[in-house]
Amino acid sequence: MTNRIKNPNGRIAAKFTELRARDEAALIPYIVAGDPDLETTRRLVLELEARGADLIELGVPFSDPMADGPANQRAAARGLAAGATIPAILSMVAELRRSTRIPLILFGYYNPIFHYGCDRLCADAARAGIDGMLVVDLPPEEAQELARPSAAAGLDIIYLLAPTTPLARSRIIARSASGFLYYVSVAGVTGARTSLALDLPGNVRDLRTVTDLPIGVGFGISTPAQAREVAAFADAVVVGSAISQLIEAHAHSAELVEIVGEFAGALKEAMRTARHGGGADATA
Amino acid sequence: MQNLPDSHGRFGQFGGRFVAETLMPALFELEKAYKVARRDPKFREDLSRYSREYVGRPTPLFFCANLTAKLGGAKVYLKREDLCHTGAHKVNNTLGQALLAERMGKSRITAETGAGQHGVATATMAALFKRECEVFMGSVDVERQSLNVFRMKLLGAKVTPVDSGSKSLKDALNEALRDWIATVRDTYYLIGTAAGPHPYPMIVRDFQAVIGREARRQIVTHEGRLPDVLIACVNGGSNAIGLFYPFIKDAAVRMIGVEAAGLGLSGPMHAATITAGSVGVLHGNRTYLLQDEMGQIRETHSIAAGLDYPGVGPEHSWLKDTGRADYVAVTDAEALEALKTLSETEGIIPALESSHAVAYAMKLAPTLPREQVIVVNLSGRGDKDMGTVAKAFGVTI
Repeated sequence: MTNRIKNPNGRIAAKFTELRARDEAALIPYIVAGDPDLETTRRLVLELEARGADLIELGVPFSDPMADGPANQRAAARGLAAGATIPAILSMVAELRRSTRIPLILFGYYNPIFHYGCDRLCADAARAGIDGMLVVDLPPEEAQELARPSAAAGLDIIYLLAPTTPLARSRIIARSASGFLYYVSVAGVTGARTSLALDLPGNVRDLRTVTDLPIGVGFGISTPAQAREVAAFADAVVVGSAISQLIEAHAHSAELVEIVGEFAGALKEAMRTARHGGGADATA
Repeated sequence: MQNLPDSHGRFGQFGGRFVAETLMPALFELEKAYKVARRDPKFREDLSRYSREYVGRPTPLFFCANLTAKLGGAKVYLKREDLCHTGAHKVNNTLGQALLAERMGKSRITAETGAGQHGVATATMAALFKRECEVFMGSVDVERQSLNVFRMKLLGAKVTPVDSGSKSLKDALNEALRDWIATVRDTYYLIGTAAGPHPYPMIVRDFQAVIGREARRQIVTHEGRLPDVLIACVNGGSNAIGLFYPFIKDAAVRMIGVEAAGLGLSGPMHAATITAGSVGVLHGNRTYLLQDEMGQIRETHSIAAGLDYPGVGPEHSWLKDTGRADYVAVTDAEALEALKTLSETEGIIPALESSHAVAYAMKLAPTLPREQVIVVNLSGRGDKDMGTVAKAFGVTI
């Protein structure tokens, strides 16, 4: 096992250190920027934080989201229709930074980033207040042109590990990563699933032998009960499609932000009981 | 010219493996299996026997005396891929990859399809090699290519309509990749063109290169020398790379790829990716794309359903940037005119896709001396397009 925590002073590393001290797993909600509009996204981030979210993944919508299931595909389409371009997303983030320090991760596909320019994006994103980037279709083999400027800008690059990834490869990927590693819980696209893979806890345990980085688990986690289950052995739980579905169902409701916030609150509360037993931590 | 792709799957800056991590191990597995297979005499023998006895290879190289006389310039030859089993060059690739799938022990084969030609060619091979088959097809294409949907079903394939995005080929490809992410352990994803993540552009090119190897031998028999110009239609570009590849080192042989200019390059209604696009990353490879100023993929148009993909195989992007091949575009109207002309002068009804190549040959031949030789890849036959063509000519069938 190698200790290669790059960017140890970043907001992401600091957040995980803080959570580790409290023996808590991080809740990472994923929302598509601009779904249903950027002002709502800004309010959602603040509400999610207030309800217990520890980091936020902001989806950069792309026309061809190849690793996403129907719920996130539709969310991306709504984001695009609302004009959530990279410059618009970054100005929303800059605005957000006046009121929150929650770690923010851009989550997306490579083409819009490549088109914007890796150097320019890293500089602009860091300036706006982004902490890390996860680019679904950019495995470490292809990531050099983004990895260099992101390191220079102090941004973490978060890589995916999948159930199909052999452990030897996970070790190599972990060496390129910083912030945390994102373990894809199932071989499949994003989207709610009724049950978690049986080998999930064992797979995460195996990954601990190749990295000291925090390990987040995502894809398919959609209920407080599932979040609790995963929080027992992972450092972070990512919930995306379930939130996209909530946003879709309540996009025109005045209570949208509150409804999503309540859901996040329920997720976080369930996750706390995974580590501390009994009811929710009353002091949090 | 060096042997490409390199070990990273790159043709210069193009190509690569831009996919979700779940698929990376499968791409390594495929590359390894392919490299072993292509050196295995048994695999080569199977490929060559099925090519001969099932696909009908070698396809003829036909001298178009009537068309040449009418155009009054260079001699025009057609490489008759339209005579392949299933009616187009697509089967060269599906045969090779189905043999690979069988060898790799994959019980299920999936594919994307636009016009349905690749879907039919995949379903055909799945039937022959007893594999389960599922074809993803944009719901708009399911509607406008209902005959091919019926053919695929008759061959035992499941056809899954795709309702996301523009509901056409690129979305079918997205869905095929999504399916593969979930089924990668027992499914062979059989891509239909020389695009996608490495090693697909290389594998598809190698299986299609039989076109160029035969054409090279045949033209030498006819003319005693190599041709002056090769012309093929390009979208993903598998028929074109298949014709071009065995000639790449012959610097004197001009190679021209013909893209779909649709209603014209001045507006958005075209699919001329290399001619009018810019570099980006889609479906696993870096290549020219039709995209907007924010890197979102644009919708496209061509009268030829098999030419409306917004990307192009990475090797074509490389041939374009190195200047080894030229890329031009012809409109729907020019392609229709060429389809009519070839039908009337030679008794051959070309596919609308291939009609783009014929149309450019008709423009070029009269400008060249009579002793020059043009080989046009007639990649498919036009039967599937009769509904579209009749409609364009204002005829009710």
